[in-house]
Amino acid sequence: MLYAILCYHDEDFVGSWSKEQDAAVMSKLAVVQDKLKKEGRLGPVARLLPTTAATTLRKDDPPVVLDGPYAETKEQLLGFYIIDCENLDAAVDVARELGAANPGGAYEIRPVGMFEPGARAK
Amino acid sequence: MTDVAWIDAALTSARPQAVGALLRYFRNLDTAEEAFQNACLRALKSWPQQGPPRDAAAWLIMVGRNAAIDDVRRSNKQEALSDEAAISDLDDAEEEIADRLDGSHYRDDILRLLFICCHPDLPATQQIALALRIVSGLSVKQIARAFLVSEPAMEQRITRAKARVAKAGVPFEAPGAVERSERLAAVAAMIYLIFNEGYSASGETSGIRMPLCEEAIRLARLLLRLFQSEPEIMGLVALLLLQHARAPARFDANGEVVLLEDQDRALWNQNLITEGVALIEKAMRHRRSGPYQVQAAIAALHSRAARPEDTDWAQIDLLYGALEVMQPSPVVTLNRAVAVSKVRGPEAALAMIEPLGDRLSNYFHYFGVRGAFLMQLGCNNEARVAFDRAIALANTSAEAAHIRMHLDRLMRDCQPQGLSPVNKK
Repeated sequence: MLYAILCYHDEDFVGSWSKEQDAAVMSKLAVVQDKLKKEGRLGPVARLLPTTAATTLRKDDPPVVLDGPYAETKEQLLGFYIIDCENLDAAVDVARELGAANPGGAYEIRPVGMFEPGARAK
Repeated sequence: MTDVAWIDAALTSARPQAVGALLRYFRNLDTAEEAFQNACLRALKSWPQQGPPRDAAAWLIMVGRNAAIDDVRRSNKQEALSDEAAISDLDDAEEEIADRLDGSHYRDDILRLLFICCHPDLPATQQIALALRIVSGLSVKQIARAFLVSEPAMEQRITRAKARVAKAGVPFEAPGAVERSERLAAVAAMIYLIFNEGYSASGETSGIRMPLCEEAIRLARLLLRLFQSEPEIMGLVALLLLQHARAPARFDANGEVVLLEDQDRALWNQNLITEGVALIEKAMRHRRSGPYQVQAAIAALHSRAARPEDTDWAQIDLLYGALEVMQPSPVVTLNRAVAVSKVRGPEAALAMIEPLGDRLSNYFHYFGVRGAFLMQLGCNNEARVAFDRAIALANTSAEAAHIRMHLDRLMRDCQPQGLSPVNKK
């Protein structure tokens, strides 16, 4: 079974870490990731840019593009895509296309800061 | 996570919201700050044992408020309460907080806190010092160090600024839409000033002053989180990130300035560039341009060029042209002229800056740039005159050293083989 682990934390707090504190956390996480990688059990790992860089597409009719992260709580996170786009406009276009195929709910579009493709066996 | 450094980070990140809310309760800056200090002391005592609360800001507001109210009661009744009594409702404070805190105030609380630091009566240096003290919570010692002045002098500067703010009265009513956007603009300008204080540091002091840039970025990000749909605030954050991304390449080992075109681009911080570019793209979708966005777009074009010769100078020329319309200033024209020299050659650039001579007659960069254009045109004597003037006007030894390097090049190139004018078309 594949599992996704979604990371939540207080962005203000994480943003207040010094460079050294941030690096310390990342290197502790790297130890765990390396172990999983050696075992061929690690899929892609991503660190997203802050929510200030987020754009949300509400899949209403017609769809509405809003600044900021998806903030409603009545919907739940059901899945995610990683797409490669020239810029935000292109990413919003992809989201619109997906949204047309599956209306309702929303897509939050967030630039990826750090991306590790991972090393899953088979 | 109970390490003191981590608690410090939590207190720092909670500070603007907590002090902002306490200021709304007590309507007095000193009381609010004192209440927050008290809450921090209690956090340092209780968090290592009980672990940090889920919502640090809410905890600090609650505890700070209770402590301050107890202080008032104590002094009114002139009887001492035991410490236990004073903090009796701490344990389950968190439970109550959710109900008692009104989240909708949060945005205006922080904006108010930032805004009182931008009072128009306060000179820029006092605004910045006050914001770093009140909003960022830097110690007077830290601020004094960053401003390269003595601690007592900084103490005095902050005390004066606080007195002025108190006299002017803090606006407590919730701002209307127009007023809110005016406050936002004032606060953005103040954050930009903080950044510039750090960014304009010389090589010797850049290490000491760098934290100012980082703090400005933190405040700008905070502001953007509160006002997520403001393209100019996106532009501000993007601008600061893109400028700061170049920090590791801006000075050489001797602390001398390294010009943009000579910088080792491998040293630029790609994480900050990615975030800055993402933000400027997002801002431009609004089609509501402004000076921060334009400047960020210029910085983004520089950061996207793998080599100096890949720079899209034509686009930069256009952007400076737009900036000249929004924010006419001889310095903007001077910057534009540099782009023009790359696109249309030094002759056109020189013609462009000629009319600025009167207004920039004491501006170091004017003569540095003018000298460079003249040098490219082969007017060596005039170039030397301009460079000499630039050295006389240099604010830092690094600036002077940089111009001297040009002069040396001029001397070298003037040897027998002569100078072939570089005239890029």
